[in-house]
Amino acid sequence: MVAKNKKNIVIIGNGMVGYKFCEKIIAKSDDFNLIVFGEEPRRAYDRVHLSEYFNGKTAEDLSMSPANWYQENHITLHLSDPVLEINRQNKTVHSQKGILQPYDYLVLATGSSAFVPNIPGVEKEGVFVYRTIEDLELMKNYALKAKKGAVMGGGLLGLEAAKALLDLGIAETHVIEFAPRLMPRQVDSAGSKLLQNKLQDLGLQIHLNKSTSEIVGDGKIEALAFNDDTQLELDMLVISAGIRPRDELAKLSGLEVGTRGGILVNEKLQTSDPNIFAIGECALYKDMIYGLVAPGYEMAEVVAANICRQEKYFYGFDMSTKLKLIGVDVASFGDAFVTEPEGRTIVFEDTHKGIYKRINITNDGKYLLGGILIGDADAYNILLQTINNKIILPPNPEDLILGSRGGETDGGAGVMSLPDDALICSCEAVTKGMICSAVSDGTASSIDDIKKCTKAGTGCGGCVPLVKDLITGTMQENGVYIKNVICEHFDYSRQELLDLIKLNKIKDYDTALDHFGKGDGCEVCKPAIANILAGVWNDLILKQDTIQDSNDRFLANIQKGGTYSVVPRIPGGEITPEKLIVIGQVAQKYNLYTKITGGQRIDLFGAHLSDLPAIWEELIDAGFESGHAYGKSLRTVKSCVGSTWCRFGLQDSVSFAIEVEDRYKGLRSPHKLKGGVSGCIRECAEAQSKDFGIIATEKGYNLYVCGNGGSKPQHALLLAADIDKETCIKYLDRFLMFYVRTADPLTRTATWLNKMEGGITYLKNVIINDSLGIAEELEAAMHYHVDTYKCEWKAAIENPEMRKRFAHFVNAPEEKDPTVKFAPMREQVKAEAW
Amino acid sequence: MSEILELNHQIETTAVSENLFFACYTDDVPQNGGACVKYKDTQIAIFNFTRRGEWYATQNLCPHKQQMALSRGMIGSTGHDCEPKVACPFHKKTFSLKSGDCLSGDDYSIKIYPVLIEEGKVYIRIDK
Repeated sequence: MVAKNKKNIVIIGNGMVGYKFCEKIIAKSDDFNLIVFGEEPRRAYDRVHLSEYFNGKTAEDLSMSPANWYQENHITLHLSDPVLEINRQNKTVHSQKGILQPYDYLVLATGSSAFVPNIPGVEKEGVFVYRTIEDLELMKNYALKAKKGAVMGGGLLGLEAAKALLDLGIAETHVIEFAPRLMPRQVDSAGSKLLQNKLQDLGLQIHLNKSTSEIVGDGKIEALAFNDDTQLELDMLVISAGIRPRDELAKLSGLEVGTRGGILVNEKLQTSDPNIFAIGECALYKDMIYGLVAPGYEMAEVVAANICRQEKYFYGFDMSTKLKLIGVDVASFGDAFVTEPEGRTIVFEDTHKGIYKRINITNDGKYLLGGILIGDADAYNILLQTINNKIILPPNPEDLILGSRGGETDGGAGVMSLPDDALICSCEAVTKGMICSAVSDGTASSIDDIKKCTKAGTGCGGCVPLVKDLITGTMQENGVYIKNVICEHFDYSRQELLDLIKLNKIKDYDTALDHFGKGDGCEVCKPAIANILAGVWNDLILKQDTIQDSNDRFLANIQKGGTYSVVPRIPGGEITPEKLIVIGQVAQKYNLYTKITGGQRIDLFGAHLSDLPAIWEELIDAGFESGHAYGKSLRTVKSCVGSTWCRFGLQDSVSFAIEVEDRYKGLRSPHKLKGGVSGCIRECAEAQSKDFGIIATEKGYNLYVCGNGGSKPQHALLLAADIDKETCIKYLDRFLMFYVRTADPLTRTATWLNKMEGGITYLKNVIINDSLGIAEELEAAMHYHVDTYKCEWKAAIENPEMRKRFAHFVNAPEEKDPTVKFAPMREQVKAEAW
Repeated sequence: MSEILELNHQIETTAVSENLFFACYTDDVPQNGGACVKYKDTQIAIFNFTRRGEWYATQNLCPHKQQMALSRGMIGSTGHDCEPKVACPFHKKTFSLKSGDCLSGDDYSIKIYPVLIEEGKVYIRIDK
């Protein structure tokens, strides 16, 4: 295994950082023999998520690597075998089991141990530290018979340990902290107070300003005695009062160590012996021990690089952190404690929901310095990025923690605005550029792909939300246009095509295809452009019948079996007995099935294609018009009976519904349109489930928009209240035309609004306040539509050329399709099953 | 109409060797669209792909739900090679007008017929 011609790197310590060093060095070079000595009996495991051991995760789950990883990578691993001695003269290490191992480079990754303060009684049974899986196993066994437990230390690890006690089923768990607040290194007093409340709600009892004088008990712990002469009865105690770097071996070998512990290192993480490096929690860089995993990984990278003769230095590390403590989000980043005059502070506190947010900004308000988030730390990643990349703050920095309000767009910097070299995953040193290019070149399209190809998000996992945003953002940048373009023949959205067609005065499909498209078109772009042309020029759709969907081409709805259904317009659902009789007669004559529709009109089914002109001729003679049931256009405006008959009615809803239906009939839109008018708040016309709904009030009308029935019901939203009829029509003109102009094909008003940035507030601004300055033009366009409306069926039956198209066989126009078959049903007919 | 029948008769008697069936006149089929013709008990869809200056003929029956509807479908093209296609108006299953293969990922295909245009007349070759 140990090749003679290669240099030896000996790694002492098989924790997370020692493991990471191995991973880094084998990725860079295979010129070295790697020999690892570990004191613990198992392979390196994830200490950050140690408390999950009590949540059902096994030691194997927590392991950093598969069982055969060391073997596969030709790494010699000695477990349960601590190194006792380093001979720097001979460049060898001596292990407990008696191995004498020569080294060329030596990496100390000995980590830290729990700091146990010198309190009388610490040796008693029932007193634990919280550091290794072995510690956890000891705690687990002892906890079976314990009812009251406490953690000494209210820092990050202490609270983790308290969670472990809760998980172990200790009913009464206390946290004892010497300082006046919890997590004194990360959180300020206000934040601590809120955190304390949250943790107390979760069943933890918190004691601050408590200094322990003695651990009382006969052989095993029975109580804690404090300096203020109080006592707390206990069955077990976990000490989590900080960490102590494991520097004893280094000290023994004559390496320089700090006065308060830690192996002294330079920017290359070299100790006072240039062939010996120290990384992780045992290393002391500029008077600082880095007790987090991310800086440890960075140190591993720097040493691996330097051994491979790359130039890389360690210049300290951001100690920002975000974690979930017993279900409570806590984050602390940048300079969390800056106060005046060095900077300014913005604080948001919601004791009801248990949220505390603080950001510190420069005096000029331009840059973010740091902050604290408790209860809701979703903004952590982006705030940290804002600091690290020195992004200029928006004019209202409070938006960063309050979110966008009042329908305005996002105040903070979006992930996509970060520079390419922004470090997204600090554990694995993955930048935004690396993630985005993996998405752009097609290597990755999901968080799992990114984890595989860049390792981002595989360390502490804190960056995962940010990585996800980057994946979506990049895909949107590359792809949303592809999704929004009409089809393979046109690289434009519907809105863009509408503008192009209008500006260039395009009147037919082929010209549009020649100018703005490619290929020969298809069943997607043809009807979409037909719809735009009809909307812009309001010309008869039958002039270009072959670009229409079958329903529009034959001005009827194709149904099962190849027959069509006929729906004459019955505005507002009001119909005379005479007209009802005509419908009955037509249905009898052409053997049609009749049914009342959901939109208060009558549908006639089972018409042969060749019968359609004759059917319509009779209907039009009786005063009917096309109901546009076949088109992406206004269907019906449903009404209740209103004040003319109803004893509750406030306004004449039927008359208004008829007026509105007559006004917008034939309007071609991205999708079908439905309206409703109710005469009072009882809302019998169900106007709030329509694309536009009008509800009468004492003073006039309330106008609702963008509701939907169908598969995804959605209530319409109030656009304007207590307006008169004229204003209502004016707003409706603007609203409908704005929708026609800007929605994607086959998008109902509800979906259109859901996708609209700024939502109903924005829509109100456009329609009522004319924020885009287009109201006049929208109204003019609607007036043009109203003035140029023609009944398509009337035009069709009056034109022999058009009429000719309603034949099944062009070489036998009188013959009907012989394959059409009906089956009897309740005295009428139905189509035969497929 | 009687003229067509007469012509049909002529063709059936004179052009038997070529199996040509006179279907209709070119202006019976809308530009860039389709129409259906009757040949004995068979329905054939004819497409006048004006944009490409091409004519196609296929069975009128959409094999998906057995509907006589392909002649009422929209035509177009797909892909880099601009494969000509028709989309059934019922459920938008698309078929190549050249090969008859279903382009929407289903197994079935439609029958295609060679078309011949002569002096404003559309002929379809029927394999006997």
